[in-house]
Amino acid sequence: MPVTTSESAITGVEGYVAEFERFQQTLNEPAGLTALRRRAIARFAELGFPTLRQEEWRLTNVAPVAQGAFHWPENDPDAVAPGLLAPHTFDAAARLVFVDGRFSPRHSFVGELPPGTVVASLAEVLAREPERLEPWLARFAKFDRHPFVALNTAFLRDGAFVHVPRGAVTGPIHLLFLSSGEEGRPTLSFPRNLFVAGEGSQTAIVETYAGEGAYFTAPVTELVAGPSAVIDHYKVQRESLGAFHLATFQVQGERAAVPSSHSISIGGALVRNDVNAVLDGEGIDCILNGLYFGDGRQVVDNHMRVEHAKPHCASHELYKGVLDGKSRAVFNGLIHVHKGAQKTDAKQSNRNLLLSRDAIANSNPQLEIFADDVKCTHGSTVGQLDEDAVFYLRSRGIGAEAARSLLTYAFASDIVERIKIEPVRRDLEEFLFTRLPMGEVVRQAV
Amino acid sequence: MTGMLEIKNLHASVDGNEILKGIDLTIQPGEVHAIMGPNGSGKSTLARVLAGQEAYEVTAGQVTFEGKDLLEMDPEDRAREGVFMAFQYPVEIPGVGNTYFLKAALNAVRKHRGLQEMDAIEFLKMVRGKMKLVQMDEGLLNRPVNEGFSGGEKKRNEIFHMAVLEPRLCILDETDSGLDIDALRIVADGVNALRAKDRSFLVITHYQRLLNYIVPDYVHVLVDGRFVRSGGKELALELEEKGYSWLEGMAPEHPAAQPVGA
Repeated sequence: MPVTTSESAITGVEGYVAEFERFQQTLNEPAGLTALRRRAIARFAELGFPTLRQEEWRLTNVAPVAQGAFHWPENDPDAVAPGLLAPHTFDAAARLVFVDGRFSPRHSFVGELPPGTVVASLAEVLAREPERLEPWLARFAKFDRHPFVALNTAFLRDGAFVHVPRGAVTGPIHLLFLSSGEEGRPTLSFPRNLFVAGEGSQTAIVETYAGEGAYFTAPVTELVAGPSAVIDHYKVQRESLGAFHLATFQVQGERAAVPSSHSISIGGALVRNDVNAVLDGEGIDCILNGLYFGDGRQVVDNHMRVEHAKPHCASHELYKGVLDGKSRAVFNGLIHVHKGAQKTDAKQSNRNLLLSRDAIANSNPQLEIFADDVKCTHGSTVGQLDEDAVFYLRSRGIGAEAARSLLTYAFASDIVERIKIEPVRRDLEEFLFTRLPMGEVVRQAV
Repeated sequence: MTGMLEIKNLHASVDGNEILKGIDLTIQPGEVHAIMGPNGSGKSTLARVLAGQEAYEVTAGQVTFEGKDLLEMDPEDRAREGVFMAFQYPVEIPGVGNTYFLKAALNAVRKHRGLQEMDAIEFLKMVRGKMKLVQMDEGLLNRPVNEGFSGGEKKRNEIFHMAVLEPRLCILDETDSGLDIDALRIVADGVNALRAKDRSFLVITHYQRLLNYIVPDYVHVLVDGRFVRSGGKELALELEEKGYSWLEGMAPEHPAAQPVGA
């Protein structure tokens, strides 16, 4: 748990509320936004940090965050060492880099994009033309029941704003969030992203989270998939093992949109991903996939909520976890079908592979169905490697360790293979080859 | 002369139940031995003990393979030394491509034998040749191991693996089960093509039919964990005619049938 004696450390509910009073005086923004922040911090003051007594948090203890003391970063975002960036970058159409939640122009670029496409720092857009954000910002990610969304909304400052206009097709847009907390002076950041995909547009956005040391980050991303927009979203979470990462990803789908999300969770001491999708138009086809790894004492919690608000929508969720050491995973998958959302086709599957006796996975599917002509299925499994398969591989000359690694890789591979952006997929494969014992045999065998 | 495989007084149990109650068997290079027996007699247990499946506990006896203590070896080392078992129920392994997996397996075996690893081009050339042996469809190469294969395709894939890995001792664990006559013929032709004077076979089957195609040098009948009768290939025909009930009563009176081929 981070401990600090610095005067500027923020800690406890009162600490954040007091910090907000100071923070809001530094703002120069539309009155509407400040009013929103006030409502958010007031709501946070009411909610407080979640406890194990709350249903939505009963298996994930956020006490290290609630009791921790964090600092705003003081470093210069442009001064971040290029060596920290390099492992995470790839050839993208645009890349924005944020260091401890603040935009780094020096490490960012926007290449050739279709006319009218905006890929920019949210802080810059807020300063220059805040009215551009007004129709969408903070309209979808609700803070009334989620203290971390409330905190993010109160303190939001920077992040990425991506707007792909009607009919435009872009290459992959990369957003890299680096954090650099020091021991004894852990940092705090509230990245806020807004992606708007116009009617019939097509784009791919990759969010990468990585860092060093101890820190707390609570990003919120809102994605609006316009009518018939095709948008592939990837989140690669490779935070440091000292990080607390509590994120919300909010998808708002309009008629016939095809939003997909792939969430890869590797790092972090305490990780929580709330993924909420509201399918608010007919004919939406929404894919939500995830792959999470846990080792040591890592905690990773994926909380999914898919709301079928209109008829003829499909949602397919597949989340897989590989858990070793004393790690712990939570999967909570709620599918809520509104009255009138007929012909809903909702599928949810959560599979967990335990590699050690001490790893734990909790899987909790929930269906709330208020329409009568729907197809909803869910399944969850928690299991170990199939010993028959291990023996089969060994009987062909593959060593015991390599056989286990090969089967672990195979378990993860159906999510890996769905990643359409090659460098992202390759990075993940590389991670597996490096992380798995005898990974070189696996590299050769797949 | 000692055999390629020497089994002496082998006893094995699973979950505390003794299944093999004293097996003696010697196999010389190039020989084909068939083991027949009713369901539950211990045929598959013998195959799996030889391949090294850990669920089976050897409680007494010895097994040497080319002079080395086989029971001391891990399953992968047995494979690398040249023991191969074609599974009765080949395991589906989603996510692991048949070809890549086989290349990793072959290279593990070659490394163990002090041979150079094969590169992809050499490997593919060799693999294409071996596929013809069992009339394997090239499409099956690029699929995950056994995933979605029909019963016949799975068995052919086992023989294909065997052909690629070039073992010295091939154990076929009820490879004929679930095969129609055409598939059986293809599998048997593949096996026959692999017969060689330095390669031995242990063919485990419930039915005599397979032995019309893979003609054994010796036939042993296993009842209740012991060989009750050993003989030449004509023993299989006799069994087919009279049924296992003919021999079932013999087990207690003949605790140690004569080993053959010694």
